[in-house]
Amino acid sequence: AERVQRSGAGGMERPQPRANGCSGAAHGALRNGYVRGLSAPDTQINHIVHNGGLYKRPFNEAFEETPMLVAVLTYVGYGVLTLFGYLRDFMRYWKIEKCQNTTEREEQKDFVPLYQDFENFYNRNLYMRIRDSWNRPICSVPGAKMDMMERVSHDYNWTFTYTGKVIKDVINMGSYNYLGFAQNAGPCKEAAAKILSQYGVGVCSTRQEMGNLEKHEELERLVARFLGVESAMAYGMGFATNSMNIPALVGKGCLILSDELNHASLVLGARLSGATIRIFKHNNMQSLEKLLKDAIVHGQPRTRRPWKKILILVEGVFSMEGSIVRLPEVIALKKKYKSYLYLDEAHSIGALGPGGRGVVEYFGLNPEDVDVMMGTFTKSFGASGGYIAGKKELIDYLRTYSHSAVYATSLSPPVVEQIITSMKCIMGEDGTTVGKARVQQLAENTRYFRRRLKELGFIIYGNEDSPVVPLMLYMPAKIGAFGREMLKRNIGVVVVGFPATPIIESRARFCLSAAHTREMLDTALKEINEVGDLLQLKYSRHRLVPLLDRPFDETTYEETED
Amino acid sequence: MDIKSTKNYLYWLYCQFELITCSYLMEPWEKLLFYTFNITMLVMVLYTAYIFVPVHISTAFQFFLCLFGNQHENAVSIVK
Repeated sequence: AERVQRSGAGGMERPQPRANGCSGAAHGALRNGYVRGLSAPDTQINHIVHNGGLYKRPFNEAFEETPMLVAVLTYVGYGVLTLFGYLRDFMRYWKIEKCQNTTEREEQKDFVPLYQDFENFYNRNLYMRIRDSWNRPICSVPGAKMDMMERVSHDYNWTFTYTGKVIKDVINMGSYNYLGFAQNAGPCKEAAAKILSQYGVGVCSTRQEMGNLEKHEELERLVARFLGVESAMAYGMGFATNSMNIPALVGKGCLILSDELNHASLVLGARLSGATIRIFKHNNMQSLEKLLKDAIVHGQPRTRRPWKKILILVEGVFSMEGSIVRLPEVIALKKKYKSYLYLDEAHSIGALGPGGRGVVEYFGLNPEDVDVMMGTFTKSFGASGGYIAGKKELIDYLRTYSHSAVYATSLSPPVVEQIITSMKCIMGEDGTTVGKARVQQLAENTRYFRRRLKELGFIIYGNEDSPVVPLMLYMPAKIGAFGREMLKRNIGVVVVGFPATPIIESRARFCLSAAHTREMLDTALKEINEVGDLLQLKYSRHRLVPLLDRPFDETTYEETED
Repeated sequence: MDIKSTKNYLYWLYCQFELITCSYLMEPWEKLLFYTFNITMLVMVLYTAYIFVPVHISTAFQFFLCLFGNQHENAVSIVK
């Protein structure tokens, strides 16, 4: 059996197992979750054999714990903002201040309220103050650098006006442009332009009626070949792919086991299907196994009948955490308990794996083990839409029974051509090595950027190889301040707060691209360093929570070093 | 320039205070209200400390002196 090392210092193979953290190479930096002196060499070998040699490469994922002082101060900040929110609401109610959000007309005041005022409390009083970091209008192609319209607000973000100036060459660290195919020049653009003059833009029909073009069939054959599966089907919108196809696959009497941090489209699809939904802890295989065991042993809640189907919903790369799913373990569990796996590769297709074929290739697994492979063309292919791939019987069934196929307009031909050209480029079938170079450039950029940010002392979540890099901010004022300060220094970033993340864990999310050159990354890192010193964002104490590799019991949920 | 770097450091500390208490996000009149409240509270606490702390310390000092003084006398008498 091949022995897999969970080694420190960049994932290099070591000739013999040593307690991690005492590697001697990295004196203070403890990467990948192993704490100094925690495990003796013999117990470590136990863990690796315990896994059964499922992993062919080191799996370095870490989520550093929130420092206690930072958590307390974050709550203090939210407390102050809540108090001022109540004060402002009081003033608006008693007409001391003009109310600028939507209210009903005077004649409707006696009716049942149309706008639930309290639910919008957060929106009115917190979101409005920092709103200028979102919905920024871009006026060029969102490549590695972009142009933005400058806008100012004279009434504290309730309304915006454009100054007319265009901020040029803002380094784009927010677009999901993983392989750099968001271009307005090059072979993809030429091919799409040609198809545009041949087919036009509108399809004017659904897939099942008159909207099934030859281009769609070509795309689906290509996607199936790219992923190494029997058949695939493409849809016009990625969100709709998930939310409209999960109801076609499962129904009442089935069980869905969904990860804690799944995307809204998966959650919506699961709820629309009417199946029973159970949630397992994020990327926690012990939690998933416990749920599977309970499901098999106890069956449906009242009748104790066996479940018709058990479907496990996971994502390849989780876009808010930057973590990669533990696919070898999920597949082993799926086979052991005879359930089905639905893998949403929205962010990982094109971005992971030596050939860009996604998380299945990244782990070196067989694509036939995943029952339903879903992905989107929005991120790495520079187009729009989604696909579902798998066995021929499954896809033929979906062609008939999916809501998207029956009711949604099919993909537009120039978009299809963009996908076809970019996919052929990644596969190398256009005769150049551009695709392979891009995939490698992205992997290099990812490792470099993550390593440098960790060295600077920021808290970065997620796996070492994921191109999504969340940098923790925690305090609400820092969310707005970070977005504004980075824009002043000509870098566009995406900041995320509640409700997309837990309330104290707000973050800035960087999405790396193959189009970013080393100089751009160095510039960005320099500015991030400066802003980090200015706003004091370097919270990392290099004390990482150990990954749950030990046998699972009640006490291993939250652990600190001590 | 030592004064300049001290001033920069103090300004940086003020920025951190603003960020932590979210007064960075407040409108000017809200900031005024918030700082007035805070400074009033701080002044009151300091004034209370100024009035009461010397009295407390001297009382405590007397108490401990009395305690140790008695012990000293007892020890002396036993030895004698």
